[in-house]
Amino acid sequence: MMSAAITRNPIDVATLITQLADPRLGGTVAFLGSVRRGPEDGAVTVIEYSAYEDMVVAELERIVRDARAQWPDAVCAAQHRVGSVPAGEPSIAVVAAAPHRGAAFEACRFVVDEAKRRLPVWKRERFEDGTSQWREG
Amino acid sequence: MNKHGQAVSNGTISIRCRFFARFAELLGRDGCELTVPAGATVSDAVQLVRQAVEHGDRLPDTPLTAVNCEHVHADHRLADGDELAFLPPLAGG
Repeated sequence: MMSAAITRNPIDVATLITQLADPRLGGTVAFLGSVRRGPEDGAVTVIEYSAYEDMVVAELERIVRDARAQWPDAVCAAQHRVGSVPAGEPSIAVVAAAPHRGAAFEACRFVVDEAKRRLPVWKRERFEDGTSQWREG
Repeated sequence: MNKHGQAVSNGTISIRCRFFARFAELLGRDGCELTVPAGATVSDAVQLVRQAVEHGDRLPDTPLTAVNCEHVHADHRLADGDELAFLPPLAGG
C-alpha cells in the first residue's frame, strides 16, 4: 500500500498513520517537516508554498514506489501542504511502517530526502516587517 | 494527429511551456505555446524561449526541466503536445 497527496489544509498525520495501520507492521515512523523560525531564519511569520501540483502528486507516487522497491515490506504515506503555512506548522509529513523498526526508519528517511530533492515545490518567506523573499533549499 | 488529437504541422511540433514561482515572476507570465522543429530537444526549446519570449533572457541557460510531469535532461527529445515545465531551484519540504 502507498499513499501520496498534496493538500491545502493543515496536515493530519494521525490520518496518515491510520491509513497504514496493520497488525503485521510492528514499527511505524512519522516525520513532520515544519516551517522554521530559528535564529538564522529571521522573523518568518508564514511560508507560502507553491507547486507544480500535478507533478508533485506524480513524483511523490514515484518516490513512494522507489521506497517500496528498496524496502518491500514497508509501506509509506506522504503529504505536502501548499498555500500559506504559518511558522511552527507542518508543511510535509511522511509516515513509514514495516514489520521491524529498521526498515521503517530507513524508508521514512529515504522518502523525506527524495521529496526534498525531487518535488517541484517553491517557498516564499514572509517576514514580520511585511517583506518577503524566495527561499531556496 | 498527435496524442491529443491535434493536427501536426509539417516539420514542426507544438508544445506548451509552463513557468513556475520565481520564473513566472521574471517573465510576467505562467506559460506560453511554442512551435519548435520536429526532433527538437529540451535544450533547443529552452534557448528558443530565452530568445523569443519577452524577458526570456532572464531565465538561466540550463534550468531544471520536466516534461509531462517527469524530470528530464536537456537532451530529452520533445514530442508534439508535450508540456515542458521550467523549474526554479526546488525547495520542497
